[in-house]
Amino acid sequence: MGLLLDIRELSVAFATGNGMARVLDAVSFAMRQGEIMGLVGESGCGKTTLARAVLGVLPETAVVGPGGISFDGRDLLAGDTQDVRGRLITFIPQDPLGAFSPLFTIGDQMGELMRWKSPERVAGERGYGRGRRRADAARILAALRDVQLPDPERLLRKYPHELSGGQRQRVMIAMALLPEPRLVIADEPTTALDVTIQAQILKLLRRLASERGASVLFTTHDLGTAWEICDRVTVMYAGQEAETAEVADFFARPRHPYTGMLLASLPTSVAALRGIPGEVPSPFAPPPGCRFHPRCPRATEICREPRIASAEPSPGHHVRCHHPEVWDVA
Amino acid sequence: MSAGLLDIAGLNRHFPIRNVWGRRTGWLRALDGVSLSIARGEILGIVGESGCGKSTLGKTVAGIHPPTSGSVHFEGHEIATLSPSAGRAVRRNLQYCYQDPGASLDPRWKIGRSLEEPLIVHTDMGGAERRARVLETLRAVNLPERHLELYPHEISGGQQRRVGLARILMLRPSLVILDEPTSGLDVSVQAVVLNLLLELREKFDLTYVFISHDLSVVRLFSQRIAVMYLGRVVEIGATEAVFAAPAHAYTQSLLAAVPIIGGRRVVDNFVLEGEPPSAGNVPAGCRFAPRCPRADGRCRAEDPPATMMDDGRLVNCHHPAG
Repeated sequence: MGLLLDIRELSVAFATGNGMARVLDAVSFAMRQGEIMGLVGESGCGKTTLARAVLGVLPETAVVGPGGISFDGRDLLAGDTQDVRGRLITFIPQDPLGAFSPLFTIGDQMGELMRWKSPERVAGERGYGRGRRRADAARILAALRDVQLPDPERLLRKYPHELSGGQRQRVMIAMALLPEPRLVIADEPTTALDVTIQAQILKLLRRLASERGASVLFTTHDLGTAWEICDRVTVMYAGQEAETAEVADFFARPRHPYTGMLLASLPTSVAALRGIPGEVPSPFAPPPGCRFHPRCPRATEICREPRIASAEPSPGHHVRCHHPEVWDVA
Repeated sequence: MSAGLLDIAGLNRHFPIRNVWGRRTGWLRALDGVSLSIARGEILGIVGESGCGKSTLGKTVAGIHPPTSGSVHFEGHEIATLSPSAGRAVRRNLQYCYQDPGASLDPRWKIGRSLEEPLIVHTDMGGAERRARVLETLRAVNLPERHLELYPHEISGGQQRRVGLARILMLRPSLVILDEPTSGLDVSVQAVVLNLLLELREKFDLTYVFISHDLSVVRLFSQRIAVMYLGRVVEIGATEAVFAAPAHAYTQSLLAAVPIIGGRRVVDNFVLEGEPPSAGNVPAGCRFAPRCPRADGRCRAEDPPATMMDDGRLVNCHHPAG
């Protein structure tokens, strides 16, 4: 399987009144065709910024570079990406209520999406002919049935506030899959949902993505949901990626001390409940080298030097750490 | 029922549903006949999904909402029917902790003043005595003395949270109601907060009511657990017994939905469909019957009473498992 998404040493900073916030620091990261990749990390680790950089919707204050993003061999940082964004790469937000317009019905909003991003639309097409309109309407109804929403015709006449949180997220998934994308970016799609609804949504997302061969970049702070649906997991800390591994390997044999300590913070037993002492560094004055070294029990002088390129101590397990011995999670 | 520290019996809290002209068109039954008791020194977890009434329960017990009917017995006093002023003296020993206790600090007050205020309002302690109590409590939450002279914005969010907890403990309550104390926290911070709460419980001999939607945290933290669905406690019992063999069909679904790292995958075998109905429109009979795989005609007609299982668990179900 080829690489679908390849991010090489990408840095992103934001210009603010207090100086430059260096939110992403030389992040390298790759996704294969058809896989579900979990991007996990705690608040402020840069996972949403990375997702937005791929989608090309960073705010104007962002300074992107050095580094590059290539999608299916194409450089996403150069030139116009209108035909990629919302079409080959789509997005599922954390808060669907905020992502819908409250003033238009679900049907209006799905119709508007299909007018511009339908897979049947030819590039540069200006009008919206009756034939394509009818075909798109059929696609919309089929998509709503696929996400198991009852009575789709009636649902199209409703406004977003008339739906429950779970239903809105189902509509969002339908809309993200309608343009037949190659890559879906799901930004914490179940964080706002109850656990039984979360289970339903995760199940749906996994089934639909694999049926359609779409890859999913799934950001979450919840390691449990990452375990549920991801094929591989990448963990980020303070704007740097720390470790990437197959999901079973990631949870059983973590190598980066941050991953190990994060897993030890999970509420599994009182005796083992440790947490990570200290606080996440500010992006305005990050520590040199590996940004985890001030809190890391394995840190030595060398950790202050520029980070090493990714090492692969066991097949498929990539870690950017000078001391990548397996962390004892038991 | 044995006289515990807190005994709740038949507690109802109904909110009117009004149309645009302000006429009442129905009742939202946020709490509908809740009974439970808490022994001194234990930690009772209350779990359920949004809208099940778990926060309303905490707020009604704490006196933030008056109950519609029912009784709340705390330390030998009936507090549900007390007037707000008479209730205040009794409720000194019963504190309610919001999701982020640090957010309720007055930004214009130094931390020392915020901590001292409850003592001035509720006690007749002298200045030196108050000062000693403030220092002792501040040390208990692992903060240095110099923080007394700082304003809330000068310390980190985690430290603000500690100060908020210290403030709740100033009056040395016996019961603290923790409403989602770790929701929205990253796991590494959550672990620190949970450890602090356990430490404080040891130090000050506290009883906790721990309200949370996070089942893994509740499992770890509480000795007994009450599962709520649509305003009613559907199952209550020892945490390990409930997790090992849930009896109510709703508890089974709820536990089956929680991801277990390294274990079975929920996405492969989760079966519960649909969403909870609104508390303004509670189904007749058993309220879980419309979504329940075991429901029969009796479930749809007859509201199941609480039945005692062999291990002392109370379950509201006509067909409990096990």
